[in-house]
Amino acid sequence: MDAIGQFVFYFFALVALASALLFVTRKGPVAAALWLVSTMFAIAGLYILLDAQFVGAVQVLVYAGAIIVVFLFVVMLLNLGEGDAAADVRRAVPRVVGGLVGVGILAEVLVLLRGVAPNGRPSELLLDPSAPARATGDVNVVAPVARALFTDYLVAFEVTSLLLLASVVGAVVLAKRRSAA
Amino acid sequence: MIVETLVVAAALFAVGLVGVLTRRNALILFMCVELMLNAVNLTFVAMSRLHGGTLGQAFVVFVMTVAAAESAVGLAIVIAVFRHFGTVDLDRISLLRG
Repeated sequence: MDAIGQFVFYFFALVALASALLFVTRKGPVAAALWLVSTMFAIAGLYILLDAQFVGAVQVLVYAGAIIVVFLFVVMLLNLGEGDAAADVRRAVPRVVGGLVGVGILAEVLVLLRGVAPNGRPSELLLDPSAPARATGDVNVVAPVARALFTDYLVAFEVTSLLLLASVVGAVVLAKRRSAA
Repeated sequence: MIVETLVVAAALFAVGLVGVLTRRNALILFMCVELMLNAVNLTFVAMSRLHGGTLGQAFVVFVMTVAAAESAVGLAIVIAVFRHFGTVDLDRISLLRG
């Protein structure tokens, strides 16, 4: 990876982490949702740097474009715009415990990562020698994903559509105002 | 770069977890869960890049679909709960029965 790639990677990584921290610490739901959008965009940039252009585009479309918008709609629908700071964030003891659990989980994952990447390099055990080396600048990035989705995982893919249908019906039924209870 | 991506994903997951543990607003809790799912997706993509394949990206598509379904149903439940209790503060919603 050349110098520009390194710079872009660290830029997106820093934006993702800073936005995530700001997202967690904001009081109001609207500000939190907008910082979450920033995090999602930075993660999409990381996807593209990892040669996952399709996933990056879907990330922007689905997360930033659909899910967060639905969150904002609900915030407006319930008229929760201004967050009650004293009521939202928990008191000191649960906050400290939550922070300690977060630090513990992070430390645990980082220790596990040392097995994946001793000396900061990916372990040879993890690299599949039979996998074809992917040429950089490969433009055909959707076909391999689509091939996996429509051949090996076709049943799971179709079940996913059923899941979406069920969730749409469920959401309508749950959110519907009861007319004659 | 892949290892650094895994570190970033771990940090994002930890931030989301801290948010889940320290916030009481149900909507923000949902957003924190979405952030944790995103960290897992990032790990999937980085690992699949490490292996030189694209299978992880297919799994990310599944995870995103389930996340979308989860947020749709979850937000509908939040709306129903708000209509009933008049709040989305999780500490005040402690009864299953109406």
